[in-house]
Amino acid sequence: MTSSFWIRFLGNPRVLLGLIWLALVVIGALAAPLIAPLDPFAISGKPFVRPMDGFLFGTDSLGRSVWSGLVHGARTTLLIAIIATLAAVAFGGLLGALSGFYGGRTDNLLMRITEFFQTIPSFIFAILLVAVLSPSATSVVVAIATVSWPPIARIVRAEVMSLRSREFIQAAVTLGERDFVILFRQILPNALSPLIVTGSLLVATAILTESALSFLGLGAPNFMSWGFMIGAGRSFLRDAWWLVAIPGIAILLTVLSINLVGEGLNDALNPRLRTP
Amino acid sequence: MTGSSTRTSAAGSLDPVLEIRDLSVALPAWADRRLAVNAVSLTVGRGETLCVVGESGSGKSVMARSILRLLPEPHLRIAGGQILLDGEDLARADDRRMRQIRGGEISMVFQEPMVSLNPLMTVGRQIDEILEVHTGWSKAERRRRVIATFEDVRLPEPELIVGAYPHELSGGQRQRVMIAMSLVLEPKLIIADEPTTALDVTTEAQVLTLLKELQVKHGTALLFITHNFGVVAEIADRVAVMRSGELVEYGSAKDVLEHPQHPYTRALIDAVPSLVPRKHPEPSSTAEPILTVRALEKTYGRPSAGPKWLARMMPRLARGRRSAVKAVNKVDLDIRRGSAVALVGESGSGKSTLARCLIGLEQADSGSALIAGDEIVGRSRADWRPLRSRVQMVFQDPFASLNPRTKVGDIIARGAILQGVNPAAAMEQARRLLDLVGLDAKAAERFPHEFSGGQRQRIGIARALAVKPDILIADEPVSALDVSVQKQVLDLLDDLRRQFGLTMLFITHDLRVAAHVCEDIVVLKNGTIVERGLTADIFANPQHDYTRTLLASVPGRDWQRRGLPDQMAPTGE
Amino acid sequence: MRGLRLIRFIMTRLLQAIPVVLGVVVLNFLLLQLAPGDAATVLAGEAGGAPPEYVEQLRARFGLDKPVLVQLGLYLKNILLLDLGFSFRNNAPVLGLILDRLWPTLLLMGATLLVSVGGGVMLGVIAALGVRTWRDHLISVAAVIAYATPLFWIGLMLILVFSIRLDWFPTSGMEDVVAFHEGWARVVDIAHHLVLPTITLSLFYLALYTRLMRATVLEQRGAEYATTARAKGLTERAITLRHVLRNALLPVITMAGVQVGALLGGSVVVETVFAWPGLGQLAYQSLFARDFNLLLGIFFLSACLVVIVNIIVDVVYVLLDPRIRVGGKT
Repeated sequence: MTSSFWIRFLGNPRVLLGLIWLALVVIGALAAPLIAPLDPFAISGKPFVRPMDGFLFGTDSLGRSVWSGLVHGARTTLLIAIIATLAAVAFGGLLGALSGFYGGRTDNLLMRITEFFQTIPSFIFAILLVAVLSPSATSVVVAIATVSWPPIARIVRAEVMSLRSREFIQAAVTLGERDFVILFRQILPNALSPLIVTGSLLVATAILTESALSFLGLGAPNFMSWGFMIGAGRSFLRDAWWLVAIPGIAILLTVLSINLVGEGLNDALNPRLRTP
Repeated sequence: MTGSSTRTSAAGSLDPVLEIRDLSVALPAWADRRLAVNAVSLTVGRGETLCVVGESGSGKSVMARSILRLLPEPHLRIAGGQILLDGEDLARADDRRMRQIRGGEISMVFQEPMVSLNPLMTVGRQIDEILEVHTGWSKAERRRRVIATFEDVRLPEPELIVGAYPHELSGGQRQRVMIAMSLVLEPKLIIADEPTTALDVTTEAQVLTLLKELQVKHGTALLFITHNFGVVAEIADRVAVMRSGELVEYGSAKDVLEHPQHPYTRALIDAVPSLVPRKHPEPSSTAEPILTVRALEKTYGRPSAGPKWLARMMPRLARGRRSAVKAVNKVDLDIRRGSAVALVGESGSGKSTLARCLIGLEQADSGSALIAGDEIVGRSRADWRPLRSRVQMVFQDPFASLNPRTKVGDIIARGAILQGVNPAAAMEQARRLLDLVGLDAKAAERFPHEFSGGQRQRIGIARALAVKPDILIADEPVSALDVSVQKQVLDLLDDLRRQFGLTMLFITHDLRVAAHVCEDIVVLKNGTIVERGLTADIFANPQHDYTRTLLASVPGRDWQRRGLPDQMAPTGE
Repeated sequence: MRGLRLIRFIMTRLLQAIPVVLGVVVLNFLLLQLAPGDAATVLAGEAGGAPPEYVEQLRARFGLDKPVLVQLGLYLKNILLLDLGFSFRNNAPVLGLILDRLWPTLLLMGATLLVSVGGGVMLGVIAALGVRTWRDHLISVAAVIAYATPLFWIGLMLILVFSIRLDWFPTSGMEDVVAFHEGWARVVDIAHHLVLPTITLSLFYLALYTRLMRATVLEQRGAEYATTARAKGLTERAITLRHVLRNALLPVITMAGVQVGALLGGSVVVETVFAWPGLGQLAYQSLFARDFNLLLGIFFLSACLVVIVNIIVDVVYVLLDPRIRVGGKT
C-alpha cells in the first residue's frame, strides 16, 4: 500500500462520507452499553412514545427503547455480516483458487458445484438452512455464508487463472517452486485486491440478507437486530411509522457506506480501470 | 527542441494534401510529460507515402489520431497548431464538418483488425455504413460498391465475405477488410497506424504490397505510422522520425535511410539487426549433443472464440466445440553443447509449444526428449525438480515475467536457493549476476516496476542464469522491446553465451533476430520442421518453398542487402 | 441450419439440466431430514398433546417411518412421474397447490424482469450518453441509493406512503376478491395490485443493471471498434445505438441470467410484505408448518424455473452474439 493509494482512497469524498458513517456505527456498536444503557429488550417506558419525546427515537409497541435497539442491533448486524463474509471469502476463495490453479478436471468439478449452488434460489435456501439448523446466531452465519460464496469462488478462480498464465508464475514453475508456494506466496498476494474489494461489497449484501432473515423472524433469537425491529414494527405501520423507518434508514446508510467505500477501494487499487 | 533545423530537406516542390503546422497535443496533468506531440510540422503530398517512425512513447500514434480528432478527449487534446487539409484547418472545424471528412476525405486503418471491427456486425454492413453516412446511394448500389471494393483488396469470394462476421476471417483478411473500409470512398488521404504490426511476416508482406498497389491505382496519399525501419524501406517516399513527441529528422526515404543526420536516427537504423548472418566461430559439430528430441508430438484442443468475461461468467456456454490441432508434429531435433539454434516460425507454427514441452510447462503427448541423457517426456512436476537446473527460460514479456511484489534480488536468488544453495550465498551470486547483465548490484533491493522493459529483460536473464543451466531457452525475448533496446539485449545474450559456453535455443518469428544470434536455424511450419541447417547456408540458398517465402517477406530486405555479393541477392522471384 | 442447431442446443441444455434439478431435490431432501420435527409431530401437536401411538400411526401413514434412503428413492421415482406427493397440512396434492401459486409468482417475476432489465438498460444508456451531466449524476446517485435499500423496508415504506397516506394503491393481495371483477376489469385490478410489489422487487435489480449498463456502455465506447466507427464519420449517437448498445447488452443479459435465482428468493420477502399469493409466500408458510413435501415441491419447481430462464437467457445470447457457436463444427 503506497502513499499514492491512500491519497486516491481518502481523497475521494464519497469514501470519506462512507467511512465517517461506518465509524459512527462501529463506535456505537462497541460502546453500546455506555451510550444506550437501557436493555433493548426491557420495557423502559410507555408503548408508542414518539421520537424526541423523552426517548431519542421513541419506543415500540412494548415500550422498548428504539435507540437502544438501534445501537445494540448494530452489534448483531455487523458481527454476523462480517463473520459470514469472512467465512464465505475463505471458503469461496479456497475453492476458486484450487479451481483456477489446477484447471482441468478439478476445475470442472468445482465449477459444477458452484453453478449448482447458483441454481438454488439463494434466499429461499438461506431460510431453509436457518430453519433446519434452528434459528441461532451461528445458523444465520452459516446460512449467509453458504449462499454467498459462489461469486467469490468465480472471481478468485478467474483471477488465479489469469495470473497462472502470467510469465512470472511460469518462471517460478521452471525454477522448480512447489505448487503451494506458488499458490500462496506468488499468486494469492497478487490476487488480493479484487478479493478485498469483492469481500467488502459482500459485507453489504450480508447485512441485507441478515436483516431480511430477521425481518421474517428467522434471525438470531435474543439478539436485537435492525431487521427484527422492522419486522416487529411492521404491524403498527399505520400509527407508529418510525418503528419501521428508523432501523430501515440505519440499514440503508450502512449498506450505502460500505458500497461507497468498497467502490472507492476498487478505484484506488485499479486507478486505470476507474469509470469516468 | 531539435525540430527547426531538420525539416528543411523535405518539403521540396510537392503538391500538399495535408499540412501539419506546429501541432501540439497536451497530455493530462498526471502524465510524466506535458505534451504528447510537441510543435510537429509535416506535409503529405498528393499520392505520396510519408512514413512516421518512432519507438513507443514517441507520440507518433497520438499525432496520427489527432488529425481526425480521434483523441480520447478530454485526457488528450490539441493544444496548438494547424492541421490543413487542402488549406482547411481541421483543428478548428466543427463536429459536422469533421464527420464529413472522416471516412469521406481522410480514412484510417488501425493496428489490430480484430478489435477494430465490431464483433457483432457483418463486415459488409460495417463498410456499407460508410456509404450510408456519406452518400445518398440505394441499397443495391451500395452493395455493388462494397463487393467491388472487396474485389479490389483481393478478398476471396467477396459475395460471401460481405455476410461474414470478423471472427470468421483470418487476421490478414480482417486487415484487408479494414483497408477496403478505408478505400471505399476513395479518400484523399489514408492514415495507417501500424497496420501490419499484428500480422505475421508473410501476411505483412502481402498487405504492404496491396497497399502500395492500391495507392498507385487510386492516387491516394498515405500517412504510414510504424516502428519498423524495414517497412519504411519497403514503402516510404519520405520519412519523419519522432522521439518523445518531437520531430527529430524529416527527409526523403533515401536520404534518411542511407545518410541519417540526427544521431538518434543513426542509432535506430544501426540497431536494426542485419539480415546477413554473423560470422560465427567454429561450427561445433564435434561437441556432444545435449538435447535430443525424437518424434515429439503435442495436440491441443483449440478453444472457441469468445469474449473473456463470458468464459468467466458462463464457462459452459463459452467453451463451445474444440477441434484438435497438432501443435507439434513428429519433431526431431539435436542440439550440441555450446551451439545456438534459432527456432523460426510464424504464429501457430508450434515453436512456443515445442519450447514449453522442453521445459516442462507442457506435457508432450508422445515421443522422446533427452536432456544430457535424461528423458523428460512423461515426467511429473515433482520428477522435473532435479532437472530444473539444466534448462531455463527467458520469457517474452518483461512486464509479465517478474513478480511485481518481489524484490529483484529475491527473484534472482530464488532458483539457486531451491537448488540448495544457502540464501546468503545465493543473494551474493544474484548481485554478481546483476553486475554481469549490466545492472547495478544495488538493483537487488528494488522492485521490478522501477525498471524499464530492457532492464527487466536483463533481470529475467539473470534469473535464468542463476541456476547455471546447460541450456537456455529464449522465447521471443526481444519481441516486446523497442528496436534500440532489442539490440542491447541480443548482444548481451550473445556475450553471455560465449563467456559461459551456454547452449541456446532461441525462439523467434523474426529472421533478422535469428541471423543476429544463431549459427543454426530450424524453420517450423504448422508443427512440422520444414528446413534446418546453418543460418548462412539457408539464407543464401533456401531449399523449401516456405523458407523462401519467409525470406522474401522480410520487409526492407533489399535495403539491407545493398552492397552484398551476388549470391546473397533475393531468390525465387 | 441455424434454427435446427438452436433446437439441438436447447435440447442438450435441457438434458444437462436434469441432474442439476435432481441434485437440488436430493440436497434439500437430505437437509430437511436434519430439521427438528416432521409433519406428524406438528399435526399431533396441534391436536393437543396426542399420545405417542397416534404420532407413530401418522408417521406410518405418511411413510415417514421408512429408512431415509428408501424415502428419498420413492420421492425421486415419484418426481420423475411428476407426482410431487401430498400435502397433509393442506390436505391436497402438492402439484395442484404449487400450480395454483405459480402464475402469481410468474407474473411478479415477469413484470420485475421487464422493469429492471428494460429500465436498467434505458437508464444506463441515458446516463452514459450524458456522462458527467446532471442527468448522469441524478441517475447514478439514485442507483447507488436504490442499490443499498433493503427490499422489505422499501416495500413497507411504499405501502406507508402510497397506500396508507395517499391511498393510491392497495396494501396487499393480488386482486379485490370481494369485488368479483371479471374480464378486463379483473386485469386492470390485478395490474393495480401489481404496481407496488413490482417496484419493490425491481428497485435493487434496476439499480444493478443501470450501473452495469452505464459502465459497459462507457467502456465499450472507448473500444477500438467505436474509434473505427468514429473514423467512418458516424455521430456519437449512431455509434452508441448501432454499435455500442448491442455489445454492452451482452454482460447485462448474462448478469440477468445469473440473478434469476436471487430474484426468486427476493420474491419470498416481497410476497410476504404484500401478501402476494405466490410461491414465495407458500414456501414461507410451509416451512413453519413443517410441510416438507410441499416445501420440496417448491424447491423442485423453482430449480426448474431457474434452469429454464437460464436456457432462455443462453438462447438470447446466442442470437445476439455470432461468436458463440452452438454445436456446429469449427
